[in-house]
Amino acid sequence: MSFEIAVERRLGDAIICADFTSGAGLTALFGPSGAGKTSILNMVAGLLRPDRGRIAIGGELLFDSAAGIAMPVEARRAGYVFQDGRLFLHKRVRDNLLYGWNRALPANRWMNLDDAVAFLGIGHLLDRWPRTLSGGEAQRVAIGRALLSGPRFLLMDEPLSSLDAARREEIMGVIERLRDELALPILYVSHDRSEVERLAGQVVPVGL
Amino acid sequence: MFAISGEEWEVISLSLKVSGVAIGLTLPIAFALAWILARVRFPGKVLLDALVHLPLVLPPVVTGWLLLLAFGNNGPAGRWLAEWFGITFMFRWTGAALAAAVMALPLMVRAMRISIEAVDRRLEDAARTLGASPTRTFFSITLPLAIPGLLAGAVLGFARSIGEFGATITFVSNIPGETRTLPLAIYGALQVPGSEAVVTRLSIIAVALSLLALVASELLARRAGHGRGGHVI
Repeated sequence: MSFEIAVERRLGDAIICADFTSGAGLTALFGPSGAGKTSILNMVAGLLRPDRGRIAIGGELLFDSAAGIAMPVEARRAGYVFQDGRLFLHKRVRDNLLYGWNRALPANRWMNLDDAVAFLGIGHLLDRWPRTLSGGEAQRVAIGRALLSGPRFLLMDEPLSSLDAARREEIMGVIERLRDELALPILYVSHDRSEVERLAGQVVPVGL
Repeated sequence: MFAISGEEWEVISLSLKVSGVAIGLTLPIAFALAWILARVRFPGKVLLDALVHLPLVLPPVVTGWLLLLAFGNNGPAGRWLAEWFGITFMFRWTGAALAAAVMALPLMVRAMRISIEAVDRRLEDAARTLGASPTRTFFSITLPLAIPGLLAGAVLGFARSIGEFGATITFVSNIPGETRTLPLAIYGALQVPGSEAVVTRLSIIAVALSLLALVASELLARRAGHGRGGHVI
């Protein structure tokens, strides 16, 4: 089992909960906007603390409220691709890509800059500032930055939502290759049925 | 007309020394206060906010008098500092620097607080997921992104302390070579008939120093902006 997740968290009046296990490949959290899909990703990443529950990935325990275990964010080795890219505005593309790589233990790195650049086709962007990138370019760099940090799993939060149709198709192809060539477990948030049908091996409904 | 006398040079260099020391020593304190006000939630925050801003709204004479009570030779803080560190303030440039620092603090904290609040915390979250500890995140993400605002705060504080008058003259008087900074020298010259030339020269210098500080900070902020177009003014 890749993801074993059972969490509950109150946010204001809403209670966000998820309870599922999934195998390798891409697992989609599918549901309408505002159902708490992003909050679930944040709990897996460690950015949001569940009120109670348990999170294990590939057999390793990241969080267990009963046992008092809460691994800090930076130790979880999550490759998080955010909806809005979140590139560091004060660093060029190259330094964005290497930010996580520089902090990863050498033994945990499984990709180098040249591999990532070739995989994503972003060689011509390395010396640019994030502000000058198009949405599709920024999302490729964000994916590259996550991959280079040596993650054990990927979290993707609607990575296509800010892109036009042509860019969506292009990034969707990249995600398929991530899923098939890298064999990383991926937790993927979306509210788009066609996207989920095409990419996901398993679908977890949220708020449906 | 524009020959600057040795006495006037002394005034200028004293002003720069007083303001430089005041801002240099206040910088970390102002940053810590700005950080607390921007990021930490605690009871009594409104009170701390008001206390920091007090020198901005109090008559400077009152601030000077309060400094005299606290840091004078018989004041509790003054006695303690003299006993333990040998630092005295009365009629000395250190006192002028203290007055300048207190008066500049609110402006510095305001500018810095705004710049800290403007840093997108989601970028800090992103850094954490990429393996950066909170400390690492602070130094590699938060601080560089806040730098233009920190510079703006420092420069505003510097310009403010160059112009500091009321609290200084109340606290440490107008002593040549010790506490006679630019505004005090201008005020002194105005009391003497026939010294319009001195007043004019010193005033032009004050304008030039203030302009220079603002332009320098704008250039620094642009460089720190990394193509992001950071602005101070």
